[in-house]
Formats: sequence, C-alpha cells, structure tokens
Amino acid sequence: MMRVLPWLYLIAAFVFIYLPVGTLVLFSFQDGRLPVPPFNGPSLRWYADVLGDSRLTGALVNSVGVAFVASTIAVTLGFLAAYGLARHSLPGSALIRGLLIAPLTVSYLIVGLGLLIVLTRSGFGLSLVTAGIGHVVINLPLAFAIIYAAMGAQQQNAERAARDLGANEARVILLVTVPMLAPAIGAAFFLSMTFSWDEFIIAFLLTRFDVTLPVEIWSLLRSGLSPRLNAIGSLVFLISVAFVLLLELLILRKRK
Amino acid sequence: MFAMGQRAKGWGFVAPALIWTLAFFIVPFIVMGAMSFATLDGRNLVWGLSFDNYAALAERRFLWRAIVVSLEITVTVTIVSVLLAYPLAWIIAFNVPPRWQRLVLLLTILPFWTSYVVRSYAWLLVLAREGVVNQTLMNIGLIAEPLTLANTRFATVTGFVHFFVMLLTLTIYANLVQLSPNYRRAAQDLGANAFQTFRHVILPLTLPGIVTGAFLTFVLCIGDYVTPQILGGNTELTVPQVIMVQLGRRADFPLAAALAIVLMGIVTLAYLAAARWLRLDRL
Repeated sequence: MMRVLPWLYLIAAFVFIYLPVGTLVLFSFQDGRLPVPPFNGPSLRWYADVLGDSRLTGALVNSVGVAFVASTIAVTLGFLAAYGLARHSLPGSALIRGLLIAPLTVSYLIVGLGLLIVLTRSGFGLSLVTAGIGHVVINLPLAFAIIYAAMGAQQQNAERAARDLGANEARVILLVTVPMLAPAIGAAFFLSMTFSWDEFIIAFLLTRFDVTLPVEIWSLLRSGLSPRLNAIGSLVFLISVAFVLLLELLILRKRK
Repeated sequence: MFAMGQRAKGWGFVAPALIWTLAFFIVPFIVMGAMSFATLDGRNLVWGLSFDNYAALAERRFLWRAIVVSLEITVTVTIVSVLLAYPLAWIIAFNVPPRWQRLVLLLTILPFWTSYVVRSYAWLLVLAREGVVNQTLMNIGLIAEPLTLANTRFATVTGFVHFFVMLLTLTIYANLVQLSPNYRRAAQDLGANAFQTFRHVILPLTLPGIVTGAFLTFVLCIGDYVTPQILGGNTELTVPQVIMVQLGRRADFPLAAALAIVLMGIVTLAYLAAARWLRLDRL
C-alpha cells in the first residue's frame, strides 16, 4: 500500500492538472453546438470556422506582432542596462537595479491602471502601441534580471582580450558579448514572448479598436460555452507550448 | 577624466531602460497615488487631498466586503495549493527516478503556460451543469441532479489552485533536490522515524522555499481579475473586479486608484509578515 500510494497521488495530480486542457482540446473536435459530453466527432469544422474568421486571425496577428515588438524592445533595453551595470561602476547601482526590477512586484492590473490614467490624461489614444508599451514595462524586469545574472567573468575576459586587440566598445558588444550571452538573451526573449502574447488585462485596458487575441476571446466569452472557443483556446495553448519548448531547448543547450 | 568618461558611458547604457521604467511605471504609479486623493464632481476630476475614497472603503459595505472576499479566497487558495503541491514535489524529487524527473516536471507545469483567459474558460467547461464532472458523477450514480459548480467561489478557488499547484510544485521541488541526502541519513541514524525526519529536518529546511512560493501565490492571486470574473459569477466581487467596475460603468478613477493602493498595501503587509523566510533572490 505504501509503495503504490505515491504513484496514485501522482496520477491523481496529473488528472487534475490535465483535466481542463484535456477537456478543452477534446471538445474542440466536437461535432455539434455544445462543447460538453457526450462527445460526437471528431470534426474539424470549428477549426475551419475559426481560421476563416478574419477578426480572430487579425487579432492573432496583432497578438504575435505586439509580443514580438515588445519582447525585442524589452530584451534590447534589458541587455543594455545589464551590460552598463555589470561593466561600468555606477553610483547607486543597487538602487537602479531595484528600480528596474520594481514592476515585477506589482500586479498587472495596477501597472495597466497607472498607464491608463496617465495615457488618457495626456491625450494619448489607446491602441496596440499603448498595449505594447505596457508589455515592455512587465517584460523589461525579467529580461534585465535573466541577462544580468548570466553576465560573468568569462565574458569579461574575452571582452578585455578583444579590446586589447583594438576593437571598440560597439564591436566588443556585438561580436563578443552578445554571442557569448546568446542563450540567456534567447531565453529572455522567448519568456517575454510567452508572457506577452497571451497577456490579457493590460491589453484589455490599453487597446481600443484593434485588439489582441485574449481580448477578442474575452468578448466571445460573453456568449457562453462554444466549441469555437475550444478551437481558439487549443490553438493558443499549442502556440504557447511551442514557445516553451523553444525556451526549454535553449536552457538545455546552455546546461551542456 | 578617464573615470568620468567611463561613468558617462555606463549611464548611456542604463539610461534607456531607466527612462522607460520611470516614464511608464514610476510616474504612472505616482499619478495613480495622487489620484486616489482626488474626488469626482459629476464627471469632472477634482485634484486635492481628500480622504473620501479611503473613507468609502469603511463606509460602503460592498467595498469592505470585496476586501474580505479577496482575502478569504487568497488565503484559502494559498493554503490548499501548498498542501497539494508539497506531496507532489516530494514524489517527483524522491520517488521518480532521477533520469525521468526533468520530463515529469516539464509535464507537470506544461498547462501552466496556457493563457489565463483560456485556462479559466476550460475550467468553466469542466464545471458546467452539463460538464464533464457532473456527467461523470451522474453516470456512476453518485448524484441524481447536476451540482452547481460553475459561477461559485468553489470554481474560483479550483481555477486558482490548479494554477498555483503547478507554480508551487516547481519552487518546492527546486528546494527539495537541493537538500543533501546526508540530512535524511543523519536523522535516521539518530533514530528518527520517517515522520520525525520530515517534521524536524526536512520541513524546516524547505520552509524558505515554501514561504517564497506561498508569497508569490498570495501576490498573484489577490491581484487577478480574470479567474474570479470568469469562474466566480457575480454573486460576490473581489477587489480587482470592483476596480474594473469603477473603471467601466462608473468611470470613477479616483476610487479605482484608492482600491489599487489598498491592494498594494495588503501585499506589502504580506511581504513584511513573510520577510523573515523570503528568499526572492533565490528564485
């Protein structure tokens, strides 16, 4: 009994963990109007329906676009700040690090609310750009922390060697530091992508006419359970898993 | 002169990130704080130093109630998640063969990466009147009528626990595998049974990991709008839900700002309570 108990617990935990995702994916293949038992199918009609809906595919493109641009900005700014703090001694560097990490300690709702207040007060129209600004705010601390933690002595020696051989700072950064830190930079980028592309509350508060996919899904939720939502949700899950697997591959490569 | 030049260069690297954080996080945060002391005159905003919004929290029952509901849900979720995640992390760390651990852990937290809107919708599907749980229970004859599971606090807590069990399993597992097996061996050599070893050796050593994970759970749970909004129905509102109501229908930004400040105050108190054991730098 004591020998099987841990395995029973593990199985029960897996059932609990996979129950919602499993149900979501299974009933996305439902041949009928309701995504509840009994299961009829499989049918791909809801996927055809979703992929033929230009509002949804447009929102999907918006989501990936916002995530890509916001992650690129966050990783670039995070890298530059990490390089500046690790390679130049600056007064108050502990305070700067604290400031850069600070947005991590505040909930997304509050980050979005603060930005909403300031942007609308200063007459800034809400758009995908404002949502992207918000996503950079939440991803910058992560990108900075990951890249800063990866900056070690071995790169510094290589940088010094390159400088002694006559490379200027820009060349040192582009040809030595960035390639040596590529796994950390890649990890920061894909982690930013996973957080940004399906983020809801900031995108909901800071967009207006053009919206991202989670916001579009949110408005569809009002009409209740539908196999259509299952199909979109399954696609969203699939894309997130793809990002995570890329991230896992990068981390594994770093370990070796 | 050389040092000055170097320092200026250093600032040049840090400046873009710093300016972004100041302009789009620190300044909005200060403006929000100032706005919590403003009032509404009709639809016009009147800046000032009024404590009306904070007084309203004590006077208006639905605001006070939202704080209580948020705290009750968050504390329940934190405790249940830790109790479920600890054995799971333990089993992965000590029962699963080492070469499979990474894969099992990856599978355990894979649904963690589902978008939170989609994840909450998926739970709605599972808990609906005609959903999988009710159908299964009726088929095996445990219940005659479907239970009301969706649009209740139970549904909100279930959705949250699902998410945080995955997060906590990861943090507690990381703590357990760092422990040297010598501690367990030493305790057993000194005559401790399995429970005593756990109670007096393993638990105290993993406490920082548990508290860190529990604190993260608390912070993320109390600030979330999506899960209670989709799964909880509108019978009782949490603080983030009330904030969104103020923003939407009523456009009462000062009250929303005050509620956000209160939310941050609660998180700060939780931080101070947990600070002794917190190891945020070790995440």
